[in-house]
Amino acid sequence: MDFGSINPVILIASLMVAATPILLAAIGELVVEKAGVLNLGVEGMMITGAVAGFAVAVTTQNPYLGMLAAIVAGALVSMLFAVLTQILMANQVASGLALTLFGLGFSALLGQSYVGIVPPRTPKLDFGPLTDLPVVGPILFNHDILVYVSIALVAAVWYWLNYSRGGRVLRAVGENHDSAHALGYKVTRVRILSIAFGGACAGLGGAYLSLVRVPQWTEGMTAGAGWIALALVVFASWRPWRALAGAYLFGGIMVLQLNLQAAGFRIPVEYLAMSPYIITILVLVIMSSNRARRSMAAPGSLGRSFHAAG
Amino acid sequence: MLRLEKRPSPSKLWNYATPVVAVLLTMIAGGILFMALGKNPFEAIKLIFWDPLFSEQFASYSRPQLLIKAGPLILIAVGLSVGFRAGIWNIGAEGQYIIGALCAAAVALAFYPAESWLVFPLMIIAGAAGGWAWAMVPAILKTRFNTNEILVSLLMVYIAEKLLAAAATGFMRNPQGSGFPGSRNIHNYASASNQELIANTGMHWGVVAALIAVIFTYVLLQRHILGFHVQLAGQAPRAARFAGVAPARLVLMCLGLSGAFAGMAGMFEVAGPARLITIDFNAGYGFTAIIVAFLGRLHPVGIVLAGLLLALTYIGGELAQFMLNLPAAAIQVFQGMLLFFLLALDVLSNYRVRLSFPSRSSEVV
Repeated sequence: MDFGSINPVILIASLMVAATPILLAAIGELVVEKAGVLNLGVEGMMITGAVAGFAVAVTTQNPYLGMLAAIVAGALVSMLFAVLTQILMANQVASGLALTLFGLGFSALLGQSYVGIVPPRTPKLDFGPLTDLPVVGPILFNHDILVYVSIALVAAVWYWLNYSRGGRVLRAVGENHDSAHALGYKVTRVRILSIAFGGACAGLGGAYLSLVRVPQWTEGMTAGAGWIALALVVFASWRPWRALAGAYLFGGIMVLQLNLQAAGFRIPVEYLAMSPYIITILVLVIMSSNRARRSMAAPGSLGRSFHAAG
Repeated sequence: MLRLEKRPSPSKLWNYATPVVAVLLTMIAGGILFMALGKNPFEAIKLIFWDPLFSEQFASYSRPQLLIKAGPLILIAVGLSVGFRAGIWNIGAEGQYIIGALCAAAVALAFYPAESWLVFPLMIIAGAAGGWAWAMVPAILKTRFNTNEILVSLLMVYIAEKLLAAAATGFMRNPQGSGFPGSRNIHNYASASNQELIANTGMHWGVVAALIAVIFTYVLLQRHILGFHVQLAGQAPRAARFAGVAPARLVLMCLGLSGAFAGMAGMFEVAGPARLITIDFNAGYGFTAIIVAFLGRLHPVGIVLAGLLLALTYIGGELAQFMLNLPAAAIQVFQGMLLFFLLALDVLSNYRVRLSFPSRSSEVV
């Protein structure tokens, strides 16, 4: 094998691309969990976004319309979960699972006629001469728009959660829904809106997979990305910037693993392909083992149903 | 305006009625889906739910398939239901099923071609142990490091799938298979073969094991202190602690039991209907079993009925695929919808729906 064939600059540039889908999904889920809702349907919403974005992009030959469609599709399908858990008081774990199982089937059904088609190319943003700078150019100034959007979204979520009235209401709802309700905040409304935001982000992340990262549509193509995004939220201790760092760490592992496969590393491909999942588990163990820190970080009402009495 | 009022205890009537209503609603919604796909909804529904059992043309082939498909679903679901009752979520049964099959196949291939009555029981033990060990990873991480068992058990599915691929193309590949992926045909190896016990019924050892598991679980839940602890931990975790329930032991027990059952299901499948280890050996039974467990109301007897019904959707789905050119994914959507309706209707057993007006309120239900 040949380590020389792995170029660190290209590695960093491509890990940002690899990280973007899970970062988008994770930042959405982070907001949902901050509002006290555990939506395990991320995988289902991502793959719905992936197929909806792909179909619209192929039909209109415009990747941006595809991404828009993915946002709408992700938000719409998340409303199934919202109705079940917020209005009909169903168990959140089971409803999230149902959303994932349904999303996987539904996307396979919609995507049948799109297998083997090449989507329209998503152009990279034009930074003029900046792109040609050594090292910095390929890493910072040679990406498509969604890489920058995902980073901007992290910044926006961080600012909004910490420094805006709306963000504080959302956190209050997530920490203790009974107190928030007593203060007159609309717990159910805040939560439904958060779920929609999470769905939109997951949908966009899915579209990034099918339109840019792969780019192709195949059944079940998210391959656990939604679950890794869920783990990422725990890893990040529910903090947006840590989610960014975590996503890039995972992106790095995924890209490195693919590079090792390509470089003919003397391990069968299947074992290398396990590594993102194994590392996700290891990271979960490390982050969860400190009980005190974990219970401080997790929103107080996470996963509990809210029913206003009277 | 409609208003929900929490019932002091869940309604018995709705508890039994919701699965039936959910199935009916799914049939209606499914019919609309099939219509959207350009198929005759009545024909499709009849093909899925009626023809596999009663049509002269298909029943002779389809009827035995019912037990073949229901066996693993029931065996896995009945194991999962114990954990679900206690609020312990093993959603990685698919992975435990794969590992069970791999361990059982390893035993069979190690003894091949020696003939002995010992091989088959050893394979059952290996399958159960494999599934158990795979489930112990999330269990031990949960009890030692407080790691979320939902995420870990699910992520372990992906690892198991990669391991399956490595086995089928690498270390378990048939040395006489001219380089094609896949192991030796275990079904054709007499000592390891999981044969049909009564001709043309689909009855094999896996179905027997599923029935034993159902009875075992029923007794466990109804008559044993462990079953009581499971119920208590699910309904009142704080009270359970005061009653002396050790949460860690409960996690190990629930995940271990469901893992062992799923592993056994994998064993019977690889030695029987699947015949050998292939890359796409797992058919999603581990995930469908979650739907089976909920549809059966987490009750062993209910799970038997739910397992038969979902087995029917698998067979009927294949038939509809063949006869109407209905896409395979349509059945997956159908199963997903069933779970949605079931969860949605649960509101009726836990809450009373009341119609309330600003000035006066009147009861509707």
